[in-house]
Amino acid sequence: MNAFTFAPPPPSSAAEALREEVRDFLKTELSGRTPLQKAESWNGHDPEFSRKMGQRGWIGMTWPKKYGGHERSALERYVVLEEMLAAGAPVSAHWIADRQSGPLLLRVGTEEQRQSILPRIAAGECFFCIGMSEPDSGSDLASTRTRATPVQGGFLVNGTKLWTSLAHLSHYMILFCRTGDGKEDKHAGVSQFLVDLKNTSGLSIRPVNAQSGEHHFNEVVFSDAFLPETAVIGKLGDGWNQVTSELALERSGPERFLSSFAVLVELLRVLGRDPSERAAIAVGRLSSHILTLRRLSRSVAGMLQNGENPALEAAMVKDLGALLEQEIPEVARLLSPVEPSVSSDSDFAAVMAYVMLHAPSFSLRGGTREILRGIIARGLGLR
Amino acid sequence: MSDTTADLLRETATRLFQEHCEAQQLRAAEREFPAAAWAAVEEAGLHRALVPEEAGGYGVKVTDALSLLRVAGEHALPLPLAETMLASWLLAGAGLPIPDGPLTVAPVATGEALTLTRKDGVWHLQGAASRVPWGRNAVAAAVLAMHEGVPHIALIPAASWTIAEGENLAREPRDTLSFDAAPEAVAPAASGIGPAQLRAVGAAMRSLQMAGALARITAVSVQYAQDRVQFGRPIGKFQAVQQNLAVLAGQTAAASAAADMAAEAVAEGVRLLPIAAAKARTGEAAGQGAAIAHQVHGAIGFTYEHSLHFSTKRLLSWRDEFGNEAEWNLLVGRHMAKAGADRLWAEITAA
Repeated sequence: MNAFTFAPPPPSSAAEALREEVRDFLKTELSGRTPLQKAESWNGHDPEFSRKMGQRGWIGMTWPKKYGGHERSALERYVVLEEMLAAGAPVSAHWIADRQSGPLLLRVGTEEQRQSILPRIAAGECFFCIGMSEPDSGSDLASTRTRATPVQGGFLVNGTKLWTSLAHLSHYMILFCRTGDGKEDKHAGVSQFLVDLKNTSGLSIRPVNAQSGEHHFNEVVFSDAFLPETAVIGKLGDGWNQVTSELALERSGPERFLSSFAVLVELLRVLGRDPSERAAIAVGRLSSHILTLRRLSRSVAGMLQNGENPALEAAMVKDLGALLEQEIPEVARLLSPVEPSVSSDSDFAAVMAYVMLHAPSFSLRGGTREILRGIIARGLGLR
Repeated sequence: MSDTTADLLRETATRLFQEHCEAQQLRAAEREFPAAAWAAVEEAGLHRALVPEEAGGYGVKVTDALSLLRVAGEHALPLPLAETMLASWLLAGAGLPIPDGPLTVAPVATGEALTLTRKDGVWHLQGAASRVPWGRNAVAAAVLAMHEGVPHIALIPAASWTIAEGENLAREPRDTLSFDAAPEAVAPAASGIGPAQLRAVGAAMRSLQMAGALARITAVSVQYAQDRVQFGRPIGKFQAVQQNLAVLAGQTAAASAAADMAAEAVAEGVRLLPIAAAKARTGEAAGQGAAIAHQVHGAIGFTYEHSLHFSTKRLLSWRDEFGNEAEWNLLVGRHMAKAGADRLWAEITAA
């Protein structure tokens, strides 16, 4: 059972001092944002806001200074993240780059990749998307078919990536694709590439609108797209190991239990300071769950800081977090009658609508519930 | 106390509980108080772990002392260890002597209070306290009662109460004690300790016990799924069973984190909000976890012969003791509502 020990999060007084600084910043910067806009959580896209965060030193916080980072602790970074999410700040432009693309380059990228890209990410000026899923390769990532074939001076890429969040607004993609001959084990012969989305020919990006009508996802088609040899990230053929070590970063953060926090805020506003006993119990229950998840999530941040790879613990945080995120609107609708509608004059109704339209994705993105539970079962020794 | 000493204490407790919590001993304990096991606990001094050094304790950190209860919960220890720790802590805080032997605390049931009066310099305690844990086995109780608006602790010996026996699902004694007598000693409770704090420390203790019991049922359920063969393979190879066990492990992790949060909150002066959240969260995990453990075990886990029920019956009892999920979530919810929508996040980070 040692696989599931969540050590107490390390204390950090520096992080608490930083919290006040972040709150002051957000008070000014978000004053014009409506509750509906705040409900976008980490889907809100605002390059100008990202640049301001970069100026404050709040992107790439834990990275070495020589790459534009700030050498702060994982717990300090955690404070910035959770304050942004709880306040409904539009952080999506730089989110992926800060969370996993930058750390990937830092870990396995070439010196040239690090120097040319990391300082721009940290400045809030360089945005990333992740090219993993394909039409026939969703949860079964190792079945990926997009292929990079070696040619003179580089590779030619052919294939289609799907559900690529924000590809149309990003500068780079971390592409995950086949490079082996296909005869080896399916976890071997896959690699990661740095794709310059603005300067690569043979590449087309088409919108795939979500059920809410929003353009968030894309289909990215590679047709003989040329990538130079310098685009390889890490070791050719080592893509599977590289990508799985990103998962702890991807699955354990506060974005995994705060996606519908705006609903709880607006619910509390509607209920007022002296709600019925039934409503108070329900709000209390959701708050108790948040307190517990926040402790689990911060514990994982501590493990990351210690250089561990808490992939299992992260899977657990994400599974529990998604359950809570999806339950919040379900509880809220029965405490105060509401007909959700994004165009409603009622902030509560609008926020409820936004979250309900996005809630199915909470247990799909970043690893489905079933995949996560399979990982946990493996950790228990059952597979 | 260094971390190594704390580890040593936990190792001692683990060894001792293992020795005294075999299935047949747990069965026997449902009929008769396991006096030998209690003697071993006293011998090791575990029951004094929460007593501060200046009051004659060993200077164990509060969180380390409370961590013994997680180990106790893991083994379904059929002894009033939590209750004796709690009573000793209350007595020490009030500067009162701590008797040897098993102790208990009162009142513990929601809404109950006892009447403490003083006439011509003589104290008198009156009233009934229901669901008092291990009442019939305790040599004395630490009673918390108000006197002229000030919380007082009364040390009252077993000879001074009458008893109506009761039990919880796990057949642990939960008795009604009736008082109409002079306590042996009375003093104001430690500063900041009142009825709410007594209830909260009890709730934190039950949270730790539940976290331990959940860890145990997760381990035995995983083991059972690996051993039990149906359709030609261990049932743990079926995805439906794996998914259930993953949920159980998740609930166990949540309960464990919540219990840690409660222990820290006790150490930080009995902060009610995190303890409330923790008791509610572990209680919820207890119900869900026990149900999955039984589902995985099938019919055999439903028998008296199998030992799963020693853990699950305790989980289902402990979630209702020292306040159930509704009671504690109400406290959390009222606190958040009073703070208001725009302060919600600040309250969460400050909790």
